[in-house]
Amino acid sequence: MANTQAMCTSFKAEILSGIHALGTTVIRAGTGADTVKAALYLASATVNAATTAYSATNEVSGTGYSAGGVTATNATAPTSSGTTAYWTPSASFTYTTVTLTTSFDCVLVYNSTQSNKAISAHTFGAQTITAGTFVLSMPTNDSTNALIRIA
Amino acid sequence: MIVTTTKGEMDDSLLEKREGSVDNDNENTTWVEYWLADEMVHRSAHVRLKKSVVSQTEIGNF
Repeated sequence: MANTQAMCTSFKAEILSGIHALGTTVIRAGTGADTVKAALYLASATVNAATTAYSATNEVSGTGYSAGGVTATNATAPTSSGTTAYWTPSASFTYTTVTLTTSFDCVLVYNSTQSNKAISAHTFGAQTITAGTFVLSMPTNDSTNALIRIA
Repeated sequence: MIVTTTKGEMDDSLLEKREGSVDNDNENTTWVEYWLADEMVHRSAHVRLKKSVVSQTEIGNF
């Protein structure tokens, strides 16, 4: 046997579940998962790693779209495989019967329970929608494809 | 098939359907448009994300 220096994989998954608080944390109302939302942003916006929270600035707007976006379905808890922790919403983000005439190319995933703090930004080819539905399908929820991974 | 359009619900037999797709390392996207004469009255899109965001962890040495 030998010891091996490593980040514990369990820690990575527990980060995603908010188990550890190495800094000042928050008082939670319960032990349930937070509400995660997905907002769309114009192609002219600047949403990136430096984004700290949801903002309505440069968010898409149009018929049928509610500011703040849609709530992510979160039926599958974060988990790990190998040395990678991961999480993926358990359903597509669907914006039904919307008209978004200004092109957009980004979705911000954020935690609406925790003051709308940002989680991740994902880009795609610019789109417009006219009296139609925009669907963002999630990748396979595994250690190599999940939407959010800590490796 | 009934299609939701900017003109209200319309039968697709009255419309011209146009479809397209893009497939690259980042996404697989398909879209469908319905046109009434020279006016696009419906456009839907389906983006399938391929790339996840990954955070690499490191630990320090003493």
